[in-house]
Amino acid sequence: MAQGFLVYVENRNGRIRKGSLEALATARRLADALGRTVDAVIVGDDAAAAQAARFGAHRLFRVAPADVFDARDGVVELLAGLVRQESPAWVVASATAAGKDCLPALAARFERSVIQDATEVAAEGGELLIKRPIYAGKAFEVVKPAGALAFLTLRPNVFPAAEAPAAATVVDHAAAVDPARVRTRVAEVRETAGGKVELTEAAIVVSGGRGIKAAEHYPLIEQLAAAFGGAAGASRAVVDAGWVAHHHQVGQTGKTVSPTLYVAVGISGAIQHLAGMSSSKYIVAINKDPDAPIFKVADYGIVGDLFQVVPLLIEAVRKLKA
Amino acid sequence: MKIGVCIKKVPDTETRIRIAPDGRQVSLEGVSFIISPYDEFAIEAALQLKEKAGQGEVVVIAVGDEDTGKVMRNALAMGADRAVLVTDPAVVEAEPYDVARILAAVARKEGVELLLFGKQGVGQDYQQVPTLTAELLGWPAAAVVVGLDVAGGELTATREIDGGEEVDRLSLPAVVSAQKGLNTPRYASLKGIMAAKKKTIETHALAALGLAPLAQRSWEVVRLEMPPARAAGRLIDGEPEAQVKQLVELLHTEAKVL
Ligand SMILES: Cc1cc2nc3c(=O)[nH]c(=O)nc-3n(C[C@H](O)[C@H](O)[C@H](O)COP(=O)(O)OP(=O)(O)OC[C@H]3O[C@@H](n4cnc5c(N)ncnc54)[C@H](O)[C@@H]3O)c2cc1C
Ligand SMILES: Cc1cc2nc3c(=O)[nH]c(=O)nc-3n(C[C@H](O)[C@H](O)[C@H](O)COP(=O)(O)OP(=O)(O)OC[C@H]3O[C@@H](n4cnc5c(N)ncnc54)[C@H](O)[C@@H]3O)c2cc1C
Repeated sequence: MAQGFLVYVENRNGRIRKGSLEALATARRLADALGRTVDAVIVGDDAAAAQAARFGAHRLFRVAPADVFDARDGVVELLAGLVRQESPAWVVASATAAGKDCLPALAARFERSVIQDATEVAAEGGELLIKRPIYAGKAFEVVKPAGALAFLTLRPNVFPAAEAPAAATVVDHAAAVDPARVRTRVAEVRETAGGKVELTEAAIVVSGGRGIKAAEHYPLIEQLAAAFGGAAGASRAVVDAGWVAHHHQVGQTGKTVSPTLYVAVGISGAIQHLAGMSSSKYIVAINKDPDAPIFKVADYGIVGDLFQVVPLLIEAVRKLKA
Repeated sequence: MKIGVCIKKVPDTETRIRIAPDGRQVSLEGVSFIISPYDEFAIEAALQLKEKAGQGEVVVIAVGDEDTGKVMRNALAMGADRAVLVTDPAVVEAEPYDVARILAAVARKEGVELLLFGKQGVGQDYQQVPTLTAELLGWPAAAVVVGLDVAGGELTATREIDGGEEVDRLSLPAVVSAQKGLNTPRYASLKGIMAAKKKTIETHALAALGLAPLAQRSWEVVRLEMPPARAAGRLIDGEPEAQVKQLVELLHTEAKVL
């Protein structure tokens, strides 16, 4: 059979990352167009495997967590074994923190670089054409893999996740991981999101800027985000002022988000901020300055005082959702 | 301890990007270059570790060209002891794997015990050179690090992960990539700037590291594109109550996100 895709499905404590489901569905769409197949691999239990199996793979390798010592180096070792065994043409993962870390370690073993953070992938003439942002989204490059093996990660929230007509065949796979290759030991994991929607996966993101004036007003942003059922972000000005932790920062030196709706509150729209959110589907700006650059990218703009507008908006959204 | 810090030259983040006439490169004519912002956290971390130990050496390492040599002086002015630049006609537009194998060769030749990076080079934003290099060296690695301590030959790194933090323990030699929040990079002092002027940038070609040009590239650039222009948006007028009412209506019926 022609060589196809190998997709790494990320399972975090029983929850499969949304980006991984998007990667599975994207690989399936491309495989169908190219007449190839999709293999996938998940580390986890039967329930996790059954869930992942619905999203487009033909065959899903299930690996017991103990086999990979619950560590990144173990996952890399597992994937390297599968690449040698199955000789895929394309190895795909979601560009999550873990995906962007695992794939380069894997690619290095095959003397390759990774095509990171793709935002579009098309099948053309039996090959893949991959588009990715460069210079923080100020431009895009379209690349074509060279050689018989390519590694790519897909930006979360950009590609649709869809269930396939038939579930994958689940195959229990014993990973022969050499413990000596597990070099980095994870001593502790601390969850800071506290069960909230992760910024990069949220369908709706509400971010606050310097216009909120003080740390004690950031809850206004959180309340609006909660009303929408989304996540709360911030501009760098807010992070630098110490009003909120850095993991909320959106922009060139923060997170890149591509939600369906991005609401910028009291944010001027500096180029470095736009870099992190301009691929959002809809953008709403609330700013008292009609000349703020954020209005140039906003689909809907409200010129007004956020301290008046946001409380009304929270109420209106809650009412509509009730 | 000898610490290597890999730094990349990038266009100033305010730079307006233009596509070169060949349609496959970014035109960097007249652009001013800086050290990639994340690399400054790595330099600062190295200087602090050296100061804390009361001894050691900080070597900045880059793969690049003449302009790279210029930004390396800024790292020397901050307090780095030496600068090693690899430049060669065969590494123009080097891809991440190529850069990584060169950096790994320099790290081995220099005998560094800790190799620091920025978490990503602003520009191509590949976010992989640190991890590729670690793998080639066979060293443990921690990426996107916001806390760092070295004691008794062991390194403790606090990493930023999606929705939380992870604490890793690594034995030396090791690779670490720095995230914002790790520290506040110092400014170069006048004395530092004067001292940096006198230092030489040690420059090597590939052959001096025992390397041949990269045999197989991972991809070919087909074309560059500018981002699609966003259609002009709509400003909603009126009193706050009316504005909010109309916005919610549009989000509900037109954008269908509510
Ligand atoms: C290397 C580098 C990297 C950077 N990376 C990032 C990054 O990742 N993310 C990022 O965001 N920035 C980044 N920046 C910073 C960026 O250049 C801007 O300084 C920053 O985005 C400004 O934040 P702001 O919009 O919140 O603040 P400001 O630019 O000060 O804007 C505040 C806005 O609030 C409005 N306002 C004030 N009061 C009210 C009110 N009552 N009601 C409504 N509106 C009000 C004002 O009209 C103004 O438009 C970076 C800069 C550099 C040099
Ligand atoms: C002659 C020449 C011209 C180049 N021209 C360009 C250009 O126009 N635009 C561009 O973006 N890149 C250019 N490069 C750099 C090269 O293409 C990139 O370094 C490489 O592709 C890695 O990309 P990145 O910074 O996105 O990697 P990332 O993996 O995002 O970088 C992470 C970290 O790795 C380290 N690192 C990355 N690259 C280097 C390096 N070259 N030297 C030392 N440490 C490094 C830094 O610590 C950086 O913070 C050029 C290189 C050479 C030799």
